[in-house]
Amino acid sequence: MQTWSLVSVCVLLGVVVRWGVSLNSYSGAGKPPMYGDYEAQRHWQEVTYNLPVQEWYFNTTENDLNYWGLDYPPLTAYHSLICAYIAKIINPEWVELHKSRGYESPAHKLFMRATVLVADLLIYIPAVVLYCLYLTDGSSKKKVSTLFCFLLYPGLILIDYGHFQYNGVSLGFALWGVLALGLGWDAFGSMAFCLALNYKQMELYHALPFFCYLLGKCIKLGPMGRGFFLLVRIAATVLVTFALCWLPFLSDPSQALQVVRRIFPVARGLFEDKVANTWCSLNILIKIRSILSSDSQIYLRLLMKPTFWQFKLALANSSLAFFLFSYQVHEKSILLAALPVCLLLSDLPLTVIWFLQASTFSMLPLFLKDGLLVPYVVTSLAFLFFSIYLLSALEHCSEEELRLGAYHKLLFFLPKLDLACIVRWKFYISVAAMAGLSIVSVALVPPPHLPDLFPVLVSTTGFLHFLGTFIYFNIVQFSGPPSRKNQKKND
Amino acid sequence: MAAPVVDGWFPALALGVSLLKCLFINAYHSTDFEVHRNWLAITHSLPVSRWYHENTSEWTLDYPPLFAWFEFGLSHVAQHFDRNMLVVENLNYDSPMTVLFQRLSVIFTDVVFIFAVRECCRCVQKQKGSRDVLNRPSFVLAVLLLWNFGLLIVDHIHFQYNGFLFGFLLLSVAKHLQSQHLQGALLFAVLLNLKHIYLYVAPAYGIYLLRSYCFTQDNKDGSISWRSFSPLRLIALGSIVTSVCALSFGPFIAMGQLPQVLSRLFPFKRGLCHAYWAPNIWALYNMLDKSLAILGVRLKLLEEAGLPRASMTGGLVQEFQHSVLPSVSPSITLICTLLSILPAVASIWRRPRGARGFLRCLLLCALASFMFGWHVHEKAILIAILPLSILAVESREDAGIFLVLSTTGHYSLFPLIFTPAELPIKVGLMLMFVIYSFTALRKLHSGQGTLLHPLESVYLLGLVVVAIACEIIFPLSPWQQKLPFLPLLLTSVYCSVGVCYSFLRLYVSLLRQEEKPKQL
Repeated sequence: MQTWSLVSVCVLLGVVVRWGVSLNSYSGAGKPPMYGDYEAQRHWQEVTYNLPVQEWYFNTTENDLNYWGLDYPPLTAYHSLICAYIAKIINPEWVELHKSRGYESPAHKLFMRATVLVADLLIYIPAVVLYCLYLTDGSSKKKVSTLFCFLLYPGLILIDYGHFQYNGVSLGFALWGVLALGLGWDAFGSMAFCLALNYKQMELYHALPFFCYLLGKCIKLGPMGRGFFLLVRIAATVLVTFALCWLPFLSDPSQALQVVRRIFPVARGLFEDKVANTWCSLNILIKIRSILSSDSQIYLRLLMKPTFWQFKLALANSSLAFFLFSYQVHEKSILLAALPVCLLLSDLPLTVIWFLQASTFSMLPLFLKDGLLVPYVVTSLAFLFFSIYLLSALEHCSEEELRLGAYHKLLFFLPKLDLACIVRWKFYISVAAMAGLSIVSVALVPPPHLPDLFPVLVSTTGFLHFLGTFIYFNIVQFSGPPSRKNQKKND
Repeated sequence: MAAPVVDGWFPALALGVSLLKCLFINAYHSTDFEVHRNWLAITHSLPVSRWYHENTSEWTLDYPPLFAWFEFGLSHVAQHFDRNMLVVENLNYDSPMTVLFQRLSVIFTDVVFIFAVRECCRCVQKQKGSRDVLNRPSFVLAVLLLWNFGLLIVDHIHFQYNGFLFGFLLLSVAKHLQSQHLQGALLFAVLLNLKHIYLYVAPAYGIYLLRSYCFTQDNKDGSISWRSFSPLRLIALGSIVTSVCALSFGPFIAMGQLPQVLSRLFPFKRGLCHAYWAPNIWALYNMLDKSLAILGVRLKLLEEAGLPRASMTGGLVQEFQHSVLPSVSPSITLICTLLSILPAVASIWRRPRGARGFLRCLLLCALASFMFGWHVHEKAILIAILPLSILAVESREDAGIFLVLSTTGHYSLFPLIFTPAELPIKVGLMLMFVIYSFTALRKLHSGQGTLLHPLESVYLLGLVVVAIACEIIFPLSPWQQKLPFLPLLLTSVYCSVGVCYSFLRLYVSLLRQEEKPKQL
């Protein structure tokens, strides 16, 4: 069958699955006074439509920052503004200042879900399709299989279409950045990544690898001459993109400062979710300082060998490092690590599938709170089954295919045992443990003196999986480039 | 004919579609949901003698007794989900657990359908030299059947048990293709006692079994050899059918309730057409009548006051009349149906072409009853589309007819799911099925010319225009208040052209085959 028809069918199936999940409940449904992320997004539409730009990030009588105040960079605000214009045409009650607080109706839910789908169709899904078709290798059937599994990743679907967020936009822009860098369009890639950064500040998780890769590439091309011109072009692109995004706020320095204060809050927030966000944003800055000392090997290696393969691994390692070694990180931030790991789906299928499933599992308490149990079970089962079946993950477990290189000899004390067999059994046990914990979280009531037993067990299990994946990817990054065709293509 | 073993891809397809169905648990469901809940309640809470007399709810039991026993069995599982759904007085009860149970029951009983599809895939001829799994007839057939758009929409959103019932039909067909006629007959007898709409295709079974099973041999020129009649086989068939019917209707005959049961099963008081006209010949007839009436009034040939004001789209109890053309009564539709299936049935009597000839005749009986029947529901088009899939993967001409019939038939199901929330699902699944069926069948029959005539392609593209007009333009236009039935009318009439055309083409292919008898 022709590739285009297979690709269309996969994309359509991905869309149908997403919409099927969106028929379920969202975060904070029917839970006054604060509701949840859904209400936050609706509130931002209300604020951006009714108030002038200068007041969006300030605490005024019209704009109470304690009730879901804007704490994402300007691009999110502009996106909310566009949605608000459309909402106003359909039903003005949805964005009426103050009166629309806590507004919930089936029509409104349909509208909000539609905005997520439209954003995905315009930004995230085309990036995934282009990435899988042009930057992965193998037969066209393998590429389509990779595309299908990439689109089926449950974590992103459940958060964006269930819990309700717009991660597809920021991750989509970041993916466009990666795509462009892979195809050699460095300026375009930098612009795309700046857009991602200006949509959600959490994209800073990915910033260092982008920076090191591009810098390394410039150095490699010759610090005087082509490399220098490239550097200038990239710097100009970045500055222009930032300027355009922050244009309304640049007229007055206090404006820009307030926006920065909102997205990197120094003062603590009052509510649980806000605390997570606070730490999430703050720790990025703290982390950058510490990272430049401890985990710097990742970036040094990328600087010295700016190949696409190293870039992908550095993205994965960097975001995992940020996620793991910070405390009080919101569980949704694992999506920032999941995206780079998805990029490795065709190269290291088993580990990637394992990690992606663990990342979905780690968000189980959140899904249970939002009433998304059935979609969680269905999408996880579908993802596990189809990715293992289509990518033949359990068959490609030999030492060479796991890319452990020389390191496997260090890990192996019992040479008689087959590595592939051990890896497979570890996988089965791990999946069984995750399934078991899922069932137990739903079916059993925790003992009264340990009310948070199950969420803690879930996050501990998740943490162990992430740590294992982190160590594995570090080994792969340092064990040398992949053999055969990959090297020629990615350099 | 032995076929390759279905390996890993079949479970993958089956599991995939089952998981997809689970995502539609919270989607819109129609009144059919309440119908089945009511039947669960009736069969669980009331004694057998009251089943066909009960009418607390307007949705009385109107399927044959075996289906009532099926609901009785389901109700024993239902009580563990939510006991309240089994109370007859709880009309329109739809707690989350009720919805979950009912949806899961449809998904689980689809296992019969999955099993039947596997058997059908085994019967399909293997194409020589195709190593690519995606290009094998059995794979294409499995996708066309398991992921059939019509079944997904009608069963798992609108809510019905068609997968379960079609499982029996396809399994019976598969058994006949494998020359296990007694099993096929048994399965069909069970199916008839589950849902009597399959009486439409009973003539095909009857004539085929009589001709090809009871007469064990043919003369050399293919004509009937009267001496090879085997009374033993006839008795075997007869006893199978009668014992199944006895099992099903027996208790009711013993209680003297047979007339009541039959009156429930065959309510003829309903109108010629459903509220939404099924895309059959009567839709075109109605359209012609309306146009002539309007034309007549404009040309001052008719008095507007003299035209009967009845609507043809009344729900349950409506007498109606056509204004210009003669009115149609149930007996006329019956005569038309019988006349239209006569040539098909006669052809397998005179020149039987084995099980595939039987399949073609079955198809024609189903489509003819759809075309000319009384109060036909548009869902009945599936009885024609599913068996045609089997023929489509084997013959190029049938593939062309299948593309026209399935696209048109599936599109005519769109008005069933009218809620805006389900629109992306409906459109997405339809596009998936259309893209897949066109590309897969084209690849399967490549090298023998195009599958579709240019005019057919134009007609199918016209469906896109109709879809955009009905789903997007019309709701936003000023005619929405004045003429709310316009999109239904347009869809129905446009699709009936396609369905009628497919019917004629199938007939022509059957009669053309008769001129040159082949050994199959």
